[in-house]
Amino acid sequence: MRQKFDVITSTCVPLPLENVDTDQIIPARFLKSTDKEGFGENLFRDWRYNEDGSPRKDFVLNNPEYGGCILVAGKNFGSGSSREHAAWAIAGYGFRVVISSFFADIHKNNELNNFVLPVVVSETFLAELFDCIAANPKTEVEVNLPHQTVTNKETGNTESFEINGYKKHCLMNGLDDIDYLIQNKDKIEEWEQRNR
Amino acid sequence: MNTLFDKIWDKHVVRIIEDGPTQLYIDRLYCHEVTSPQAFDGMRKRGLKCFRPSHIYCMPDHNTPTHDQDKPVADPVSRKQIDTLARNAGEFGLAHYGMMDKSNGIIHVVGPEKGLSLPGMTIVCGDSHTSTHGAMGAVAFGIGTSEVEMVMASQCILQQKPKSMRININGRLGKGVTAKDVALYLMSRMTTSGATGFFIEYAGETVRNMSMESRLTLCNLSIEMGARGGFIAPDDITFEYIKGREFAPKGKEWEEAVSYWKTLKSSDDAVFDKELNFNAVNIKPTITYGTNPGMGMGIDETIPELADIPESGRASFLKSLEYMGFSPGETLEGHPVDYVFLGACTNGRIEDFRLFASLVEGKKKADSIVAWLVPGSWAVDRQIREEGLDKVLAAAGFEIRQPGCSACLAMNDDKIPAGKYSVSTSNRNFEGRQGPGARTILASPLVAAAAAVTGKITDPRTIM
Repeated sequence: MRQKFDVITSTCVPLPLENVDTDQIIPARFLKSTDKEGFGENLFRDWRYNEDGSPRKDFVLNNPEYGGCILVAGKNFGSGSSREHAAWAIAGYGFRVVISSFFADIHKNNELNNFVLPVVVSETFLAELFDCIAANPKTEVEVNLPHQTVTNKETGNTESFEINGYKKHCLMNGLDDIDYLIQNKDKIEEWEQRNR
Repeated sequence: MNTLFDKIWDKHVVRIIEDGPTQLYIDRLYCHEVTSPQAFDGMRKRGLKCFRPSHIYCMPDHNTPTHDQDKPVADPVSRKQIDTLARNAGEFGLAHYGMMDKSNGIIHVVGPEKGLSLPGMTIVCGDSHTSTHGAMGAVAFGIGTSEVEMVMASQCILQQKPKSMRININGRLGKGVTAKDVALYLMSRMTTSGATGFFIEYAGETVRNMSMESRLTLCNLSIEMGARGGFIAPDDITFEYIKGREFAPKGKEWEEAVSYWKTLKSSDDAVFDKELNFNAVNIKPTITYGTNPGMGMGIDETIPELADIPESGRASFLKSLEYMGFSPGETLEGHPVDYVFLGACTNGRIEDFRLFASLVEGKKKADSIVAWLVPGSWAVDRQIREEGLDKVLAAAGFEIRQPGCSACLAMNDDKIPAGKYSVSTSNRNFEGRQGPGARTILASPLVAAAAAVTGKITDPRTIM
């Protein structure tokens, strides 16, 4: 999952619903695995499949018109449970970027920790992007992490997005937080000494 | 001029990364079986030991069955997860309260009741309801599994400092109105994202007058407004609750701890990024009608009309009502109910069982209702029996199950069947949360009890 990040240009999968919670991204009954693999198969399980396991034709992941490694979702994406399995499912399915106007905190961190980039755009940019994708499913978006810009290639509209310098460095170089933390244990021990 | 949040957070800062997050020292890491195995795996792959094993406590709660816990768990996948936690705790030298251990229960119920969660601490767990421990005056928040691994490896976590919010609630709560109703009311006003990016301090006389159990319920639900966590400055009620508990400081250490804890409050001139005021008088017994916890209303009110919903939210609103089998403008009082669930880290404490028992005493469970009463821990179960609540409940036709998360998220056998209505004291009414197709109405223990004896959604004030 530690794929280095640079510039990604891709078509999008639209999910124009608000408040998509992590129980929908991956239902609890699929959390019983003890490793990180295979969650992509059950991404959006109950929206994607009928009870008998047959695909639900009306769900976007089952519509061959749409594809690509960018998921575009309505505001407050990833609310609810802290389950990182939701990020593993999104990454496991093959998404590398999620675009929304608002993310829930814990899920946003979970995406970043799994080298999936959450990109926050304005409501206007998001609404226009949904319209473009509806009109032309082949609409492409360019996400440029070095420049911190996101561009709707259909309209040429560009916005910049926020990411702190540390996390940007991690994503671009395939580093994670534990690599950083275990390098400075002396600082942790100093803190413990001060706070006995 | 500091907020209490600043005081606790700042004290735990190990270093601030330039143009990046803060490295924060963590006093307590709790692990359950669902969100920890991949973290332990990661530790093994990196060849690491836990940096401070004495700061970490493990217990299974999500998968545990609520009956026959003395026998092997029937579901092999659940059993494997539970066994994996026990094995990992052994391998890494961590405290572990397994199934049937007298200390076992839901991690967010056990932490406070054992005196493991204390004022001024930083507490994390791979579980969003870690905000519960905020009731003790601790900065407690849920994290992902990668972050669990960070804490195992370094006893630290990298986090952006959240903004501060104070929610003041003043006035006396009316008859039949509980901490759960306060939280459901706040969620309905704030929406599920209204506090995202913030850490909440709950204050005001309504909160001050709450018991510890009520405060734990209130803080538990902070995450449902999107908040990183929610907490309450410790006071005499907190100290009284902690005193004498297994891991509480004793003797001279107790005196020192209390004198430190007494300093844990926001300064009079503290400035919050956001401050909100609510009046307890306006809060009624509250229920949800939709598929997120922010879709709530007074039990005697009606579901909003489509015109009341902002345009961008209408598709989600209608999808939600379709799932629930409700219509805009509908009233829910009198609507038939199939299942009642009392329990979860939200309402699985002794006070919740007292409330439920007080309402059903002398009445009978409705024949049409399947009721699952699940204590939050074995300690709660013991107290239920000591107080004789088990007899009151049995006389009314209710039995008590064994502790665990149970039907809150249905990872064990306690699943609500598709299409059935459940009045539940848990924390989430998301689609499929209590089982595929299950329809959840979140409510207080009193509303749950009222539904259990009448078989329909009933204002508890009418039968108390």
